[in-house]
Amino acid sequence: MKISRGDVEHVANLARLELSQEEMEALTRQLNDILTHMEKLGELDTEDVPPTYHVLDMVNLFRPDKVGKCLQQEEALANAPDQDQGCIRVPRVLEGS
Amino acid sequence: MTTEYEVVIGLEVHVELNTDSKMFCSCPTTFGAEPNTHVCPICLGMPGVLPVINRKAVEYTIRAALALNCQVAKYSKFDRKNYFYPDLPKNYQISQYDLPLATGGYVEISVDGKKRKIGIRRVHLEEDAGKLLHEGTGPKTSLVDFNRTGVPLIEIVSEPDLRSPEEARLYLNKLRTILHYTGVSDVKMEEGSLRCDANVSIRPLGSEVFGTLTEVKNMNSFRAVERALAYEVERQKEILERGEKVERETRGWDENRRITVSMRGKEEAHDYRYFPEPDLVPLEISRDWVEEIQERLPDMPDERQARLVRELGLPEYDAEVLTSSKDLADFYDACVKHYPEAKTVSNWVMGEVLGYLNEKGLEITDLPFRPEDLAGLLRLIDKGTISGKIAKQVFQEMCKSGKAPETIVEEKGLKQITDESEIAAIVEKVMEDNPKVVEDFRGGKEKALGFLVGQVMKATRGKANPQLVNRLFRERL
Repeated sequence: MKISRGDVEHVANLARLELSQEEMEALTRQLNDILTHMEKLGELDTEDVPPTYHVLDMVNLFRPDKVGKCLQQEEALANAPDQDQGCIRVPRVLEGS
Repeated sequence: MTTEYEVVIGLEVHVELNTDSKMFCSCPTTFGAEPNTHVCPICLGMPGVLPVINRKAVEYTIRAALALNCQVAKYSKFDRKNYFYPDLPKNYQISQYDLPLATGGYVEISVDGKKRKIGIRRVHLEEDAGKLLHEGTGPKTSLVDFNRTGVPLIEIVSEPDLRSPEEARLYLNKLRTILHYTGVSDVKMEEGSLRCDANVSIRPLGSEVFGTLTEVKNMNSFRAVERALAYEVERQKEILERGEKVERETRGWDENRRITVSMRGKEEAHDYRYFPEPDLVPLEISRDWVEEIQERLPDMPDERQARLVRELGLPEYDAEVLTSSKDLADFYDACVKHYPEAKTVSNWVMGEVLGYLNEKGLEITDLPFRPEDLAGLLRLIDKGTISGKIAKQVFQEMCKSGKAPETIVEEKGLKQITDESEIAAIVEKVMEDNPKVVEDFRGGKEKALGFLVGQVMKATRGKANPQLVNRLFRERL
């Protein structure tokens, strides 16, 4: 087992996912299965293959520094469950204590 | 016996680039707009949108990196930095992790007259986050403005080469000057276009191992940086002196209370799970592009400072002050072009010009007159049209109205009186009115002459030629 139950709990916490005991166990098993499957790739001889950082064989896709249209404030806030003074209102996340 | 400690500081400086549009979309970057009006589906992180890299932001990053003596990468890419905080609508920030745009540079600072090279570990490009308002928003909520989200931001990470809070301030100041010269950013700490975090640790002098560091945030001015670091160094010393251990954590500077306060444990916060940004293809930076940017790089402050000393014979101090900003150095150079007495111009720029700007809290670019007007003013003194004292009065008027010095002298009738008979009449009147002072002078009191000359200047509202007045008195006494 490459991935422990603790790893799953840790990642779930970082991703703010609330998981039941059953889900936790199922995910631990599934993640390990995925890793085992991926290990098959390790059987390939990649000695002469250059490393790659991206799946697309493209580089340098740029746009010019030109200003275009923005959304109206009402449009930007349309999906916000709560708003005030043109801003989105969110629960406060305390950085200090 | 108390242990001597060595201070070890590294700075992480974030600088907003002054491109017209954002990093990955075409929203404007201008400061101070109504909340959430400079946003679009891309910077709001709506599903299905695709970011596209602003070429100018990459160019500016390379320009800044070259000015900081860095190596520009041949191959670079963007990564996702994952964290939950409501200033980011996507729950990740597009940043750079293992392949930054540039590495391995340095900034030279001068500490007590000695030059020190401070290493730059890396310069990378990322997107800025939005702004959270906490004040007056109710106890349990914050307000989010996404206007700043996606503005191109570079992070400049120094090596832990700084050995005191003062060195940290000098480094930051130099960094700001250099970046200002390159023109890639406004570098205004008050407007948040330059922000600084610090990693601070201490170790017994002579030790090779680093002590446990703390990260200090929320330092909103140059002075705050020096103060916060000084406080943090003392705090760590006290902990070690008590035989306790410094805890690795993030601490915020509280400017009102002048202390640092624990914000959160560092380990947890730094679990960012970086991975390559699949929506953006990598960058291959051609050497031709780097060279082209290098060629267009203006002279940096150190070079200009050296040139003023070497070519114009200015004192080191003058040269340093005059090159403290590119605009000031340009202004000075333009003045000297029209009036080649380098030291005279320097005295006026450092004295009158900077004095006026500091008093009014203005920038050199706010002056309503041109460099050639200051040159013109100095020529008026040389020609004897006005005295040095009147020139200062004309200067103030130039600052107010932006009019040419010749026009001001004409309009206000400030032309120096050089007609000998006209002044002689006033000299004789002053002698008549002050017989006692005249006696004092004849009796050997040199100082009395000053008073008499002063009376003439007063009567002519400063317009009499002082040398002439002096001569006329001496002839008569």
